[in-house]
Amino acid sequence: MPNFDKEYFNIGYLDTLSYRQTFIHRINPGIKLVVTLVFILIVVSFSKYEIHRLMPYFAFPVFLISAGEIPTGVILKKIFIVSPFVLFAGMFNPMLDTTIVYTISGVPVSGGWVSYVSIIIKFILTISSALLLIATTSFPGICSALEKLRVPKVFVMQLLFIYRYLFVLAEEAMRIVRARNMRAFGKHGRDIKTFINIIGTFLIRSIERSERIYHAICSRGFDGRIRLLRDIKFKFTDIIFALLSVSVFIILRMYDIAELIGDAVLKF
Amino acid sequence: MHMADALLSPAVGTTFWAGSMGIIVYCAKKLKENIDERMIPLMGVLGAFIFAAQMINFTIPATGSSGHIGGGMILAALLGPYAAFIVIASVLTIQSLFFADGGILALGCNIWNMGVYPCFIAYPLIYRTMVKTGSGSRRILIASILSVIAGLQLGAFSVVLQTMLSGRSELPFSTFVYMMLPIHLAIGLVEGFITASVINFVKSMRPEIIESISLSRSLSQGVSIKKVFTGFLIMAALTGGVMSWFASSHPDGLEWSIEKIYGKPELPEQEHGIAPALKQVQDKTAFLPGYNFKQSDEASTKLKGGESWPAIGAGTSVSGIIGSIMVLGIILLLGAGIKILKTRRA
Repeated sequence: MPNFDKEYFNIGYLDTLSYRQTFIHRINPGIKLVVTLVFILIVVSFSKYEIHRLMPYFAFPVFLISAGEIPTGVILKKIFIVSPFVLFAGMFNPMLDTTIVYTISGVPVSGGWVSYVSIIIKFILTISSALLLIATTSFPGICSALEKLRVPKVFVMQLLFIYRYLFVLAEEAMRIVRARNMRAFGKHGRDIKTFINIIGTFLIRSIERSERIYHAICSRGFDGRIRLLRDIKFKFTDIIFALLSVSVFIILRMYDIAELIGDAVLKF
Repeated sequence: MHMADALLSPAVGTTFWAGSMGIIVYCAKKLKENIDERMIPLMGVLGAFIFAAQMINFTIPATGSSGHIGGGMILAALLGPYAAFIVIASVLTIQSLFFADGGILALGCNIWNMGVYPCFIAYPLIYRTMVKTGSGSRRILIASILSVIAGLQLGAFSVVLQTMLSGRSELPFSTFVYMMLPIHLAIGLVEGFITASVINFVKSMRPEIIESISLSRSLSQGVSIKKVFTGFLIMAALTGGVMSWFASSHPDGLEWSIEKIYGKPELPEQEHGIAPALKQVQDKTAFLPGYNFKQSDEASTKLKGGESWPAIGAGTSVSGIIGSIMVLGIILLLGAGIKILKTRRA
């Protein structure tokens, strides 16, 4: 799967998306983080047979995609790439849970299929909201929000450092792979012995790099914390966004909108 | 091995979130007390290194398929348990955000599964006790293989447990265990071998690097095994307690299977003994009783009434389906509308 790596590590793209300027991008990162967390918690709180109640929650990712001007294809592709484990873990539901729960125009539907579909829907909802969070929020913004939420400083700094050097080292790894491919024919050079030498050298290089970084930041007066140029403040729109979205999530949790609409349609 | 949001119940997800967060805070405190400043960029770069190293594939011996390293035990061996745990946690956080590996709620479980076991069980109990400063390469090899296998087996088993406790997947416990453990045994063998070889490689090429790292972290004393054990026991008791609380107020997995046996969604209540007492506590403390954020009376009587819960009448199920389709249609139309409006304005 040569494409897998390309897609999986194509994080630079999500990062560039996060620097766009839309109404969604301008919302306070902390607010967006908390709203996303609430969204995920409420989505997973539904029991495994309530597919129709999950449907209204598609409003959140769809809204973020459209208002945040995020290309839909990218998000769908990323969801698809990470789906195998969930597809596997739910695979046995249809086989083992064969109690009939619905009958749709004579076709019986077993509880297992219903719960499998609900797992897949939950998967799409939760994963897309996580991806959309990062696609509409700059990572340093999220980190400063985490710091405000009292997450330990060492951890936040760690996140910022990884984010900073991820792209640098990823490029180095790509150069290494390219060099190996050019020197090796077919499968040669991919054996475990060569691999260990490559990784070992790469590790030594990385450690040396960290020493250089340490000297560099020391000479620039590093005192153990990374500062952001501008402080992120709460705006009126942030509070409106938070209140609106969370109350919509809760209302949808309390009332079965899909069924109400369905009832209304059937009564006509 | 990444756990996913969709397979978790809120109780299991938040419990492990709390557990993992607690350990991050603990590690941060430990590091703050006695850290050499140069550890900070080193930790950051090694975190990025783990990502980058995963891009380099190798051929797995005897299978012909290709794989990449996990790297947790390399970190623990180089940085010590506290720093390594912080690095692993941050790598998983970035993975869950940028690559959607697992998801944000499952992050707690993932940090637990891939961080706690290697750093606080396998490393101090196996690696640290076997490998001393002057140990030879063979000893390092055996210690790495054993500790990596132990960490991965515990992690894989814990994935199974979390899935079972959440009750979203019907996968039978034994099948799941039989599938996860042997695979991770094989992965552990290869990963352990690589871990040892990389450590030995660095040791033979640049022995002073490992020395200087171990010097800068020598300020922080090793993990005491006694502390690990007691800490783990307390955590186990806590998670067990919280989990069983929530599990008993579970409206899904458990009740569903109980219903198959008893014909009622709830077990016949015990009248005396510890169960009713616990139930009282639970009724008072469960902040989302049965996860139904206070439903209207009508709905709750429908739940508890004669009709068993999942047996939805034909009428309601049809309206549910029609409603779902309509809701989805409306949402997609609105989304498309916003998009068109935006492009026009631009």
